[in-house]
Amino acid sequence: MKGRLFRSLPAALVAFLAASAVWAEEIGDAEAGAQVFKKCTGCHQVGKDAVDKVGPHLNGIFGRAAAAHADYRYSDSMVRAGNDGMIWTAETLDAYLENPRALVSKTRMSFRGLKDPADRANILAYLRTFSDNPSDFPEAEPTALATDHDIDPAILALEGDPEYGEYLASECLTCHRSDGTSDGIPSITLWPTGDFVVAMHAYKRKLRPHPVMQMMAGRLNDEEIAALAAYFKDLE
Amino acid sequence: MKLNRRLFIGTGAAATATLAAPTVFAAGHGKPRVVVVGGGAGGATAARYIAKDSKGEIDVMLIEPSRMYYTCFFSNLYIGGVKEIDDLGHSYGTLAASGVNVVHDWAVGVDRDAKTVALAGGGSVPYDKLILSPGIDFVDGAVEGWDLSAQNAMPHAYKGGSQTELLKAKIAAMPEGGIFAMVAPPNPFRCPPGPYERVSMVAHYLKANNPTAKIIVADPKDKFSKMALFQEGWGAHYNGMIDWIGSDFGGGNVSVDPNAMTVTIDGEVTKVDACNVIPAMKAGRIAELAGVTDGNWAPVNAADMSTKADADVYVLGDASEQGDMPKSGFSANSQAKVCANAVRGALTGSKVFPAKFSNTCWSLIDTDDGVKVGATYEATDEKIAKVDGFISATGESAELRKATYEESEGWYAGITADMFG
Repeated sequence: MKGRLFRSLPAALVAFLAASAVWAEEIGDAEAGAQVFKKCTGCHQVGKDAVDKVGPHLNGIFGRAAAAHADYRYSDSMVRAGNDGMIWTAETLDAYLENPRALVSKTRMSFRGLKDPADRANILAYLRTFSDNPSDFPEAEPTALATDHDIDPAILALEGDPEYGEYLASECLTCHRSDGTSDGIPSITLWPTGDFVVAMHAYKRKLRPHPVMQMMAGRLNDEEIAALAAYFKDLE
Repeated sequence: MKLNRRLFIGTGAAATATLAAPTVFAAGHGKPRVVVVGGGAGGATAARYIAKDSKGEIDVMLIEPSRMYYTCFFSNLYIGGVKEIDDLGHSYGTLAASGVNVVHDWAVGVDRDAKTVALAGGGSVPYDKLILSPGIDFVDGAVEGWDLSAQNAMPHAYKGGSQTELLKAKIAAMPEGGIFAMVAPPNPFRCPPGPYERVSMVAHYLKANNPTAKIIVADPKDKFSKMALFQEGWGAHYNGMIDWIGSDFGGGNVSVDPNAMTVTIDGEVTKVDACNVIPAMKAGRIAELAGVTDGNWAPVNAADMSTKADADVYVLGDASEQGDMPKSGFSANSQAKVCANAVRGALTGSKVFPAKFSNTCWSLIDTDDGVKVGATYEATDEKIAKVDGFISATGESAELRKATYEESEGWYAGITADMFG
């Protein structure tokens, strides 16, 4: 596809694009992405005449704030992410595609995630062709390539110490209510362990946007996150 | 000094004693006894956590004169008309249900040799560990012309409850186009953004009810918490209503006359219609009576909030001198949990985990215009030291400010549930 595209472009632009060939290789293959995107088309439309269906349409997704379609009814979690300032970038989209709930706890996007980084890169390359700015300006989003968000399986397998978790949790319970009430501040009670761990790591890596949580998670080590997850999963 | 968990468990006097003799603890009597003085964000939290986590192994007594606790945090929202006074009141009944022996009395003295606390109602109660969380009192003579006898004419409204109601009533009674004055306190004081959130909420009330009224703030400081955020908000919402006079313009050279209702700032006398005097502060008096203060505050060890003066006496919250944490309800609640964990470990041999502290302070500038500042802290040999922090930015979207306010509502529900069960 790149080859065909280059032939029709002015010489200067060809030279420019050739210079960024490494980037072009890594950003993924839009044609392959179109194939992978078939997993998404049950809910999402993209392209000319795309409209919101089960999920919002994905035209112009890059650089847009989370939960930005006025007429689409997002989950409370997605609205919260948008208010907290989350922007869809290569980085956040990649994390979301890999494991939606790592980024947005109670997203309505019922999708297991794409574990293969190449699949995600290809989908992003495909979606990028429906974003205005990046189509015209290669240096714009999503030139910044997504980093690897995989959580080491050893971290996910850590058995947390619930007693330590109970002590650490006392800090969480200044704001989060143990009875699961979620007015203004989301509930973390009875959160499944795996989801809890990936979410905390998403805050640590500043993929999730909230400044208090980035700060709180930022100083928790892997064992402490596991301990908290072990405590909250069974909290009554 | 940064401790990891394993290292921590192997060090420190309390932990060492625990390892050497895992079933101590009450000196010559049955169950170990903890007495907590003051049922606010520090004391109520500490009492509840020790009772809850020791599962009956420790007798916990809370000495607190009031039957209802009215939070000082969010009291500005009552002044602004955003909250009702009943929204701020919390009963101690739930603490009793979770195993705390709540005694409604004043603690009037501490005998640290006999390890007893004297009560105003007569008699005294023994302790193995004493936790003082008395909040603040005011420094005598801090504002010329003002003393506690003037608090009806010029309320401080810096302890929750009746003072807050009195100040609101005085603001409501201001004549059209009248003047509200605030004398702001010098550092350090309870709730660093508090006076400026109060100015915002008074302005919010006046804008709706008395829009030609004016606000004068005499401040002995040249800067204050969230200053850029407040000043941006004052300009946007209350343009021209608020005159803040910092130390550069004589804001610290102030006296009041509660009978004449005048405020004199740098020699200029102004007749005012309502006046809020927030004097310089010191630790609540019982800390001084216990002999654990040095100057205005009680120096404590960061690892467990024990006082420098006495390893069996702890001081939490506003009254403590601990290092970098601001004096806030959130801080007191955070310190209480570290203290509760350490006290329980010392008395029952339960595991003692490393101290972790945090704080976030939300302030409301106008309806749905909330901002926040916060930080995390760790215990070093010298003090509670700041690790990391953040603050809201100027120019944030209205959606984010509304979400921040809603978050503060969530926090209020969270911390009061954490304090009282």
